[in-house]
Amino acid sequence: MASILSLAEAIRETVRDGDTIALEGFTHLIPFAAGHEIIRQAKRDLTVIRMTPDLIYDQLIGAGCVKKIIFSWGGNPGVGSLHRLRDAVENNWPQPIEIEEHAHAGMAVAYSAGASGLPFGMLRGYIGTDLVKYNQRIKFIDCPFTGQKLAAIPAHRPDVTVIHAQKADRRGNVLMWGVVGVQKEAVLAAKRAIVTVEEIVDDLHAPPNSVVLPSWVLSAVCEVKGGAFPSYAQGYYQRNNAFYKAWDVVARERDSFKAWIGRHVLGTKDFGEFKRSIVSASNEGAPANA
Amino acid sequence: MPELTYTADEMMTIQAARMIRNGVTLFVGIGLPSAAANLARLTHAPDTVLIYESGTIGAKPNVLPLSIGDGELSETADAVVSIPEIFSYWLQGGRIGLGFLGAAQIDKFANINSTVIGDYNKPKVRLPGSGGAQEIAGFCGEVMITLRHNNRAFVNKLDFLTSGGYFEGGDSRQKLGLPGKGPTNVITDLGILTPDPVTKELTLTSLHPGIVVEQVIAATGWPLKVAPKLDATAEPTANELSILRDLNARTARAHAGQA
Repeated sequence: MASILSLAEAIRETVRDGDTIALEGFTHLIPFAAGHEIIRQAKRDLTVIRMTPDLIYDQLIGAGCVKKIIFSWGGNPGVGSLHRLRDAVENNWPQPIEIEEHAHAGMAVAYSAGASGLPFGMLRGYIGTDLVKYNQRIKFIDCPFTGQKLAAIPAHRPDVTVIHAQKADRRGNVLMWGVVGVQKEAVLAAKRAIVTVEEIVDDLHAPPNSVVLPSWVLSAVCEVKGGAFPSYAQGYYQRNNAFYKAWDVVARERDSFKAWIGRHVLGTKDFGEFKRSIVSASNEGAPANA
Repeated sequence: MPELTYTADEMMTIQAARMIRNGVTLFVGIGLPSAAANLARLTHAPDTVLIYESGTIGAKPNVLPLSIGDGELSETADAVVSIPEIFSYWLQGGRIGLGFLGAAQIDKFANINSTVIGDYNKPKVRLPGSGGAQEIAGFCGEVMITLRHNNRAFVNKLDFLTSGGYFEGGDSRQKLGLPGKGPTNVITDLGILTPDPVTKELTLTSLHPGIVVEQVIAATGWPLKVAPKLDATAEPTANELSILRDLNARTARAHAGQA
């Protein structure tokens, strides 16, 4: 059964230095609040898995939490580069980073395999591409029935998966909807799972066939209103595209990044205070929300 | 009637939109492909089914999404499915007619690079990487590619082959066993390139208004083949321009309004 905890307690009890963790959420429902708490608690030497690293891993990388990243698309969607990821890859700042790179379908089948208790996922992909030259964990096998050449990717089995969802009930059952990405697979592939939610309610009123993660597959559920900001939670708030654009300016230089993380993440005690901090910076005329 | 003025990017987007058949199932990359796909839907191709890799099937966005999974897409979609499902059942399962991609680099056989400029381990510029591009290039019935035409993009040798077009040319794609037939059109801000039916080498087949062959040759990093009889791309119409500009203006307002 999931414990209903504060986010700080959940991260403290669940995430350990050196863990392999997956913070998933495909554009929608990205667990930013949990990412910030990992930075505040100065977790180190993490291997981080995520299809689309996005700003959340840019922040974790710049803050020095990450030793290896496993991903399939590392950019700021619609804006450009993840400057902290690039600085780590290109200049080893703040520390060298190992990268293991896939394509989306490969990541999807690797999570599905992890959730299914299979040693690897497979797909008809990667054939003839250069990724297979640089990622030794993409192999090819022959179909035992047809002889067809198929790509095989080792299963993802995170120590901890963290996701954000719309609702939980008081027993810790979780309901999510909209773009649900690969979160269900990522949770079921993991040894431990934390879910932050917009609200905890008496009854989920979940229609049949909804995406519901039962309490007994989760370690902790935490109520964090707005915890996916600047991504979005369908039915609650929209994606803050202006923040994504402003991040390009913040993250471009080490000093501006350090100042931002120092003031808004390390200098605040929780996500509520973080939100107030960036609103007040915005009122001072700092670059939008930054 | 006064002559219309328009930019090279507008010409590229409008021509790319024109090449989308009404009713096709279309897997859309973000950026230029998304703008062209939505322009097509708002003009001659209202029944086009737009599919984004976030799992949104039949999306009908009123403004262009900044990311591949904006709420605008899921709220207007016919169906929203999970990531494993969109890639396994829909894309790899062979349900998608047309894939539409951008790229940082392209070679003469329409192979594309969206991973890295320079050496992979010592990159000059680290780009986002494949995302779903290599599966889109592999599994859609056919593929269209749109990008700006210059020497940095149209290269003799890719720094990294992210997504396969015709690989070494000829029948090399078929030999690798990829199901889709590969790229059928490359639309740039200068013209249109199509693969030779046998060698699969990209050949300049149409010039946009005001562009001369020498310009395209100079902007291409390999000795470009030119069709014996070149088509002339039609100028953007006032209607196409006004719909595209309205779409871009709505999008800019929507994306700025959330600060």
